[in-house]
Amino acid sequence: MSHLFGIPPQALFGQLLLGLINGSFYALLSLGLAVIFGMLNVVNMAHGALYMVGAFVAWLLLTNAGVGYWGALVLASLVVGLVGLVLERTMLRRLYKVDHLYGLLLTFGLALIFEGAFRHQYGVSGQPYPIPDLLKGGTNLGFMYLPTYRGWVVVASLLVCLGTWYAIERTKLGAYLRAATENPTLVQAFGINVPVMVSLTYGFGVALAGLAGVLAAPIYQVSPLMGSNIIIVVFAVVVIGGMGSILGAIVTGLGLGLLEGLTKVFYPEASNIVVFVIMAVVLMVKPAGLFGREK
Amino acid sequence: MDVVGRKNPSRHGNRNDRLSAGTTRNMHHHRSQSIKPWYRSAIRNSKTAAAALSAMAIMATLSATTVSAAEISDGVVRIGIINDQSGTLSDLAGPGSVVAAKLAIEDFKKLKPDLKVELLTADHQNKADIGSQVVRRWIDVDGVDMIADVGNSAVALAIQSVARDKNKIVIYSAVGTTEISGKQCSPTGIAWLHDNYNLVAAPIRRLVSEGQDSWFFVAADYAFGRNMVSESQRILSEIGGKSAGAVFHPLGTVDYSSFILQASSSQAKVIAFANAGDQLVAAMKQWNEFGMDKGSQKVVAELMFLTDVHSMGPEIAKGLTTVTAWYWDLNDETRAFGRRFYQVRSRMPTAPQAAVYSAVLHYLKSVAAAGTDSTDAVMEKMRSMPVDDFFARGARLRADNKLVHDFYLVQVKEPAEVKGPWEYYKVVATIPASEAYLPLSQSDCPLVGTASSQK
Repeated sequence: MSHLFGIPPQALFGQLLLGLINGSFYALLSLGLAVIFGMLNVVNMAHGALYMVGAFVAWLLLTNAGVGYWGALVLASLVVGLVGLVLERTMLRRLYKVDHLYGLLLTFGLALIFEGAFRHQYGVSGQPYPIPDLLKGGTNLGFMYLPTYRGWVVVASLLVCLGTWYAIERTKLGAYLRAATENPTLVQAFGINVPVMVSLTYGFGVALAGLAGVLAAPIYQVSPLMGSNIIIVVFAVVVIGGMGSILGAIVTGLGLGLLEGLTKVFYPEASNIVVFVIMAVVLMVKPAGLFGREK
Repeated sequence: MDVVGRKNPSRHGNRNDRLSAGTTRNMHHHRSQSIKPWYRSAIRNSKTAAAALSAMAIMATLSATTVSAAEISDGVVRIGIINDQSGTLSDLAGPGSVVAAKLAIEDFKKLKPDLKVELLTADHQNKADIGSQVVRRWIDVDGVDMIADVGNSAVALAIQSVARDKNKIVIYSAVGTTEISGKQCSPTGIAWLHDNYNLVAAPIRRLVSEGQDSWFFVAADYAFGRNMVSESQRILSEIGGKSAGAVFHPLGTVDYSSFILQASSSQAKVIAFANAGDQLVAAMKQWNEFGMDKGSQKVVAELMFLTDVHSMGPEIAKGLTTVTAWYWDLNDETRAFGRRFYQVRSRMPTAPQAAVYSAVLHYLKSVAAAGTDSTDAVMEKMRSMPVDDFFARGARLRADNKLVHDFYLVQVKEPAEVKGPWEYYKVVATIPASEAYLPLSQSDCPLVGTASSQK
């Protein structure tokens, strides 16, 4: 059997590996969304825009301050996290009492403002960002050439995903956080500052987006449109995984990356919609998502 | 949708009214200054409106070379620039095309200060339905006389049919599909810059003659990419090359690794990208990332704009070849326009933007020569007068409404050779107009038959 579904198995392995790489991106982005929705009940439409801001901060640091990739990885995430804190403290906070829809609309508006401002300033073609020297080059795996940088992205994303999952599901801090989501008044009565914890959670969630932006910068162009290109897919990932389920976001992100990779081989024209077809099917069969709990 | 609409006042309008790129506001100002004394004295003397009107008519005939206002619909020549103002194609045309059109109007005003010109702008957002809606409204409600740029094949085909029905002139810049001056050509639709045949014929012939005879295509999945691949495959088969296949990706794809891998395993000698804009930029970046630049397969950008090279940076773009109708660093004249454009926009003009300048100026000159903005008379002049500017020298429209001019095969310089931020190309060869175009005898355009039978 030299061919599997009409293509050589070696090429298929290559495509599956590429799917996994893209999937780890989806996982990292949808993780931040899942944390924010799970803990704060906010549908954060600004996530894609903040991912874009993360990439731009990295680019600005490099071109204006000479700060390289590794510095940007930390600094850009912090800057985006701070932007998130400010947004939460000044605006988002006022909307917790009202319907989810208002948070969605606010963050959507913010996303448009961020995107428009950067587009106005930098145009749409995007700015080049080089791969850091340490991660240049690649390895020939026999069935495909694996760029070192892509390998690093998979490792980094998986580490961050697992770390976040562990922190929220298995540590005391995570337990407080989950308790505060269930019953903020009671947790506050135990002497825990819930509003600060909520702000920090939002800051952390969007910092993950900023981090993903820096990871993406050397692969894609640093472009004002990069966020809106990916955000809808990431939302679909979160919905399929089950809104707010962290493990769901990670597993679904990887799985959909694989599936999209296969679509790119067998029917590339549909590669941008396959995720949404899956979403529609999942919503019909299991409306709470694959890993979600019915409330 | 009509984002910029009529509100954008000319940057130069305040400095010198006679040079104003005629916005509504500037225009009234202009008129009130020049006409008021005549008008007032006429009213005072005769106290009848009829006399006032005749006074205006006398004034019109006095300025001998001026076009009579009665021959211009509404007394104003309205030009509409419609393109992608904010999306993926907005850097290569977009607001820069509007700047180019303003510069053209500014230059025309030096020749004919009395003809009133107004510029409208709209964003079609790369959606055919929005494009045709705006154009329909422009023609029916706003009295627009000519539409220019467009720059998206799918939208262009939609606009083509509206303009054909309404008998209004549309001049296309970066519209790749050969349908626009082929099967779906129109007496009023003019291709100023290029089509996919111009872009692919020369590189394919050249490379196949060098033994690079098997090609694989990575193309954007819409009218432009589909048409470019079919044109390429047709030319390949004509000259004995072969196509090893094609993959079509959705518009706006960001990850090309899968397609690059497919291209790699196709074993083709040449991998051709037919997507342009930020899609090409991302694809080239990833091409290098996957070590393909060190492999044996040659990469060709079937369509690439200067802004794409700028965005990739010469480190990634080095060695890429493409075909362009115009480049700002060709000669002193093109450089002069480049610098003038740069002062307004802080970046050098692309070929489509230069084409918009040339198209708008030639249209306005034709209106002045015809003494009217009625479509048929202007088209007559546009055909009979050669286009003679920094974009094209002595170029003429042929029967299928394509402007016939030279093209250039260019290659991106090595990073060390690039002296300034926009000096990216070296010209490898000039493709003379005689070789660059599909021979009229092979054209599918129904106008070609009627034109030749008339002669």
